[in-house]
Amino acid sequence: MSTPLVPMSVNGRWVGIAWAGRGFPAGARVRRGVVSERRSRRGTTSDGFRVLWVAIKREPWIFAVSTLGSVLFGALTVADAWVLGWATDHVVLPAFDTGEIAPELLLAVVALFLGVAILRAVGIVARRLGAGVMQYRMQAHTRRAVTRQYLSLPMEWHQRHPTGQLLSNANSDVEAAWGPIAPLPMAVGTVAMMVIAIAQMFAADLVLAMVGLLVFPAVVVANLGYQHYASPLMTKAQQLRAELSEVAHESFDGAMVVKTLGREAEETDRFAEIALRLRDVNIRAGRIRAAFDPILAALPSLGVLVVLAVGVARVVSGATDPGAVVTVSYLLTIVSFPIRSIGWLLGEFPRSVVGYERVQHVLEATGEMTYGAEPATRSAGGARLEVRHLGYRYDPEQSLLDDVSFTAEPGRTVALVGATASGKSTLTGLMTRLVDPDEGAVLLDGTDLRELAQGELASVVSLVPQTAFLFDDTVRGNVTLGADVPDGAVWEALRAAQADGFVAALPHGLDTRLGERGTSLSGGQRQRISLARALVRRPRLLVLDDATSAVDPEVEARILEALRSGAQESTLVVVAYRKATIALADEVVHLEDGRVADRGTHDELLARSPAYAHLVNAYEVAAELVGEAE
Amino acid sequence: MSTTGTALDTGEQIGAIATLRRGIHYSPELTEGFRVTLLLALIASIGQVIVPVTVQRTVDHGLNAPGGPDVSYVVEMGIAAALAISLTSWASYAMTRRLFATSERGLATLRIKAFRHVHDLPLLTQNTERRGALVSRVTSDVDQVSQFLVFGGLLLIVSVGQVLVATVVMVIYSWQLALVVWVCFAPLFLSLRYFQQKLSAAYGVVRGQVGVMLSAIAEPVVGAAVVRSYAVEDRTQARIDEAIDEYKAASTRAQGFTAFSFSLGGVSAGLANAGVIVVGVWLGFAGDITAGTVLAFAYLVTLFVGPVQMGTQILTDAQNAIVSWRRVIGILDTPADLVDPGPDGATLPHRAADVCFRHVLFAYPGGPPVLRDIDLEIPAGRRVAVVGETGSGKSTIAKLLTRLMDPTEGAVLLDGVDVRSISQQSLRRSVVLVPQEGFLFDDTVAANVRYGRLDATDEEIVAAADAIGLGDWLAGLPRGIATQVGQRGESLSAGERQLVALWRAQLADPDLLVLDEATSAVDPALEMRIGQALERLMTGRTSVTIAHRLTTAERADEVVVVDRGRIVQRGPHAELAQQDGSVYASLYASWVAQQGR
Ligand SMILES: Nc1ncnc2c1ncn2[C@@H]1O[C@H](COP(=O)(O)OP(=O)(O)OP(=O)(O)O)[C@@H](O)[C@H]1O
Ligand SMILES: Nc1ncnc2c1ncn2[C@@H]1O[C@H](COP(=O)(O)OP(=O)(O)OP(=O)(O)O)[C@@H](O)[C@H]1O
Ligand SMILES: [Mg+2]
Ligand SMILES: [Mg+2]
Repeated sequence: MSTPLVPMSVNGRWVGIAWAGRGFPAGARVRRGVVSERRSRRGTTSDGFRVLWVAIKREPWIFAVSTLGSVLFGALTVADAWVLGWATDHVVLPAFDTGEIAPELLLAVVALFLGVAILRAVGIVARRLGAGVMQYRMQAHTRRAVTRQYLSLPMEWHQRHPTGQLLSNANSDVEAAWGPIAPLPMAVGTVAMMVIAIAQMFAADLVLAMVGLLVFPAVVVANLGYQHYASPLMTKAQQLRAELSEVAHESFDGAMVVKTLGREAEETDRFAEIALRLRDVNIRAGRIRAAFDPILAALPSLGVLVVLAVGVARVVSGATDPGAVVTVSYLLTIVSFPIRSIGWLLGEFPRSVVGYERVQHVLEATGEMTYGAEPATRSAGGARLEVRHLGYRYDPEQSLLDDVSFTAEPGRTVALVGATASGKSTLTGLMTRLVDPDEGAVLLDGTDLRELAQGELASVVSLVPQTAFLFDDTVRGNVTLGADVPDGAVWEALRAAQADGFVAALPHGLDTRLGERGTSLSGGQRQRISLARALVRRPRLLVLDDATSAVDPEVEARILEALRSGAQESTLVVVAYRKATIALADEVVHLEDGRVADRGTHDELLARSPAYAHLVNAYEVAAELVGEAE
Repeated sequence: MSTTGTALDTGEQIGAIATLRRGIHYSPELTEGFRVTLLLALIASIGQVIVPVTVQRTVDHGLNAPGGPDVSYVVEMGIAAALAISLTSWASYAMTRRLFATSERGLATLRIKAFRHVHDLPLLTQNTERRGALVSRVTSDVDQVSQFLVFGGLLLIVSVGQVLVATVVMVIYSWQLALVVWVCFAPLFLSLRYFQQKLSAAYGVVRGQVGVMLSAIAEPVVGAAVVRSYAVEDRTQARIDEAIDEYKAASTRAQGFTAFSFSLGGVSAGLANAGVIVVGVWLGFAGDITAGTVLAFAYLVTLFVGPVQMGTQILTDAQNAIVSWRRVIGILDTPADLVDPGPDGATLPHRAADVCFRHVLFAYPGGPPVLRDIDLEIPAGRRVAVVGETGSGKSTIAKLLTRLMDPTEGAVLLDGVDVRSISQQSLRRSVVLVPQEGFLFDDTVAANVRYGRLDATDEEIVAAADAIGLGDWLAGLPRGIATQVGQRGESLSAGERQLVALWRAQLADPDLLVLDEATSAVDPALEMRIGQALERLMTGRTSVTIAHRLTTAERADEVVVVDRGRIVQRGPHAELAQQDGSVYASLYASWVAQQGR
């Protein structure tokens, strides 16, 4: 009696066209080849049902509730018509005929209408809320799974996958994958409603029912036609949205470079190019929608007209009565709109399947780091690090590290010295098992790093990376990383890193939030927080990758002093260029083109290796040149 | 004028109508040919009435005609209705097409404007918002609006139109019954506003939560190395899970409101149906109305209820879109503090620039001043080194010099002209900063370097590398300038990233080059080689170099020493180093000690 005559949206989704992805879909670069753009309709439809089945299996109860709600809604929509018919026959017509009416009857009418309406409202709430809850729960499950995977996949995998893409997988792909859940209960309810309506039509008049039923195949065909033309465009649009976010993400990430070089216009062009392509695809999709929408809306209307014409003929010939004609045409009107919800469901499939496959691609990614079962030695004092015949390559054709060997005895300091891009950072990554070597092994206290149980290595080894990375968290959170460390220890670590002074001056001290990637600090301040983070753990092996490059000489000297003063008895591996740092080392490993060119004390190397001398004496030589010039 | 790092406008203050007005202001395309579209929409909406009316009339006058069914009447009505449906279908087609075209065009404009505006925002404002949230504003938020405009906006208008048409028809049939229907719906209409506010708030939380969730996911992806080397996966996952759950909770809450407010419409419809029958019968007894009218009216109620439910639902779902729209408009409504004087602005001549800081004071938003009483004059062609402790304000000076921020007080002048009145285009051409944090785009080395000068050929790029002493290094790259640098340049070593950034700046051929620790990760030998090459190249230009490695200071014409936000010493290296007990003397002493000299 009510809704079916007008279009509606399902759980906030305007019908048929995908609710746009939020956030960062992956770059097209990476995606191409993962999922073919055009899939056959049959493929998409059956795959779409498979994806839905996953959700139904995972959340059967909520699915049941929302479907029941929808069935309730459908049944009551039909019941509404029945109540009206009943009221007409038993209340209105008799009342007008006889001129009197029993108050109970009026009460019954009110009760029936209201009862149906309230139950229907319950149905709506159950359907919409149920579908929403199911959808959000599935999204949350998948997002948790995907992000867990991000945290467990090794660095190599991360290096191959751009941030933008990973965000898109966790965000808009997940959203796309579970998109069809929203119209699902409605579609299932519609089927129920259709069954009831069709049964009623047949009960009313067989021939008219047959005539009316012709509408259904016509609607299905029209729907399929719509899918056929629209789905490639939707896939394309989804892809463009992905590219758009990737450009935006990168461009905002590099906002400072864009600004300093005044490239705002070029960046905007880069963005606009994709935005305009997306616009055009959307407009094209709009045209298809514009063409199919009225067809889909008109088909049932035309059906009703035919039913009327045939019906009147049958009434004239006495084959049926006017009531049957009214019933059939009314039922037809009622089901004509909801039938399209099946179309909306199918309309979500192409996006859903694409999204699901992309999520699966992450979930199925292998190369997860495997861990052994060995515990790490936790005795006091430094750890013994042995690097044995290490080989590593990024590029399959060119090895970066080749046969690198050295040993850092407990409590000793080893300096890694080498020209830019000689592989020092890569080596520190291998020593802290950010990556595993292609050849050789790294041993900590005699145990291969790969044999250690998960989390063991981090409890004894700390790396201070070359580029400080701070979290959007407080100073305390950034230093402790959630470990239960008393403030005293935090301050002590900050003091050793020469960061206590400026932290104390921050408005909220340890509780000051640092902003995304620590934007509110200067470069040297960030680096010192990153150093304190390592020191607070009192690691048995501390690896510093050029960790003082952004601090001034005085502060650096004080940091070195703190490290040397023995408060920490750690074994130390430092990547450094400054002679004072290098001179602290018990042994210097000179890396050249990924090989150990020489090993020994600083003085030994200076004496026997011209290349080494050239590298570390460069400033002095330069200063002398200036001196001569003056 | 002062630089305040205004936080991004969330637009929460503006109402729905104001949002629409601002939206149209930024996307003028939206109103193009609107009247025609509206007319088409009205024609199309009549299509909704045709069949019910036809059914009603054929039943009354055809099927139940006095003297038996009137076949020819039914057929005529049928044909007329079919023709009408064709017309309204065509109108619906034309309307949807136009609607898509104008909305998409308007929103593409909005998106592009907003994107551009993000880049025009002051650096500090950019930093107040997480990157993830910024991106979502120009992508998914716009998509939300697009969905609403295309499917919701006009339907809403059409629904209101239908409600009015249905009301008129109802009044013609029986004004008393029409009144009954309206009374039954009054509570719904009255409560709409309340629900809209609730929903708006709920969706505001949802959209905000998207940004939080994205950042929570992005952070450990970007900082994967730290997460792994400190084995803080569990804690990180807990933080992500929390954000995911909060998003889920916010969405569910909003959905609950939506479902509930939508279901109210159904109850009102039931009331109206019952009311019509009861009051109709009662009126019938008074002789005011016939049974036919009551039955016809019961049918008409459908025509009223449908669009009302449609309309409430659109309003409900629209809150999501309006919240999103506000977020996009919020970007554009945030003033671009660093106003570009544009073509009216001064243009710097292409020659070495002289630099002047006049009584500059600078404070980051909400913080104490980090620079005070900065008065500094750098004659054209001078090589100046800025040194000082970490956190003393050196990078801040560099950012003021290149107008990434404007001073809170005082002024920065280039060639005697306040940088605020120099056109951005000219300023960016003349002044180039190589920032402390090198950033490269995920592309080839060549593409990144060409960012400095867009029309540079590959040969020029390679030549520029040779000129600053990078030839050997470049020769060692397996794929030369076609090497991919990876995200943020992370497939290069830290030193290599700096080399590319420097190379890029050099290619831009600036008159004033500002280097903020641009070679801090490069090995000493290479750094010296680059330093000498740069010295040659920068002859006749001005350069300001910030470095902790004091070799730069040794070689500079002049050294400026910054200490806790003030300039405490200036002069040639040799002179300053002699000043016993001075900041520079002690810095230099540490430096020399470190060099083991
Ligand atoms: N975006 C910001 N918001 C608030 N405070 C900031 C911001 N950026 C820097 N600061 C503060 O301003 C002061 C000066 O910072 P600046 O970056 O200019 O130092 P710097 O001399 O370049 O130090 P470094 O040698 O470590 O790079 C520091 O105390 C820093 O904490
Ligand atoms: N993720 C990666 N993918 C491909 N190549 C890489 C990757 N990371 C580093 N490389 C390459 O490996 C080489 C060594 O890099 P690494 O970062 O280990 O050098 P480094 O010695 O630390 O240099 P720097 O002194 O500049 O920090 C470089 O040529 C670099 O381009
Ligand atoms: Mg390195
Ligand atoms: Mg700095």
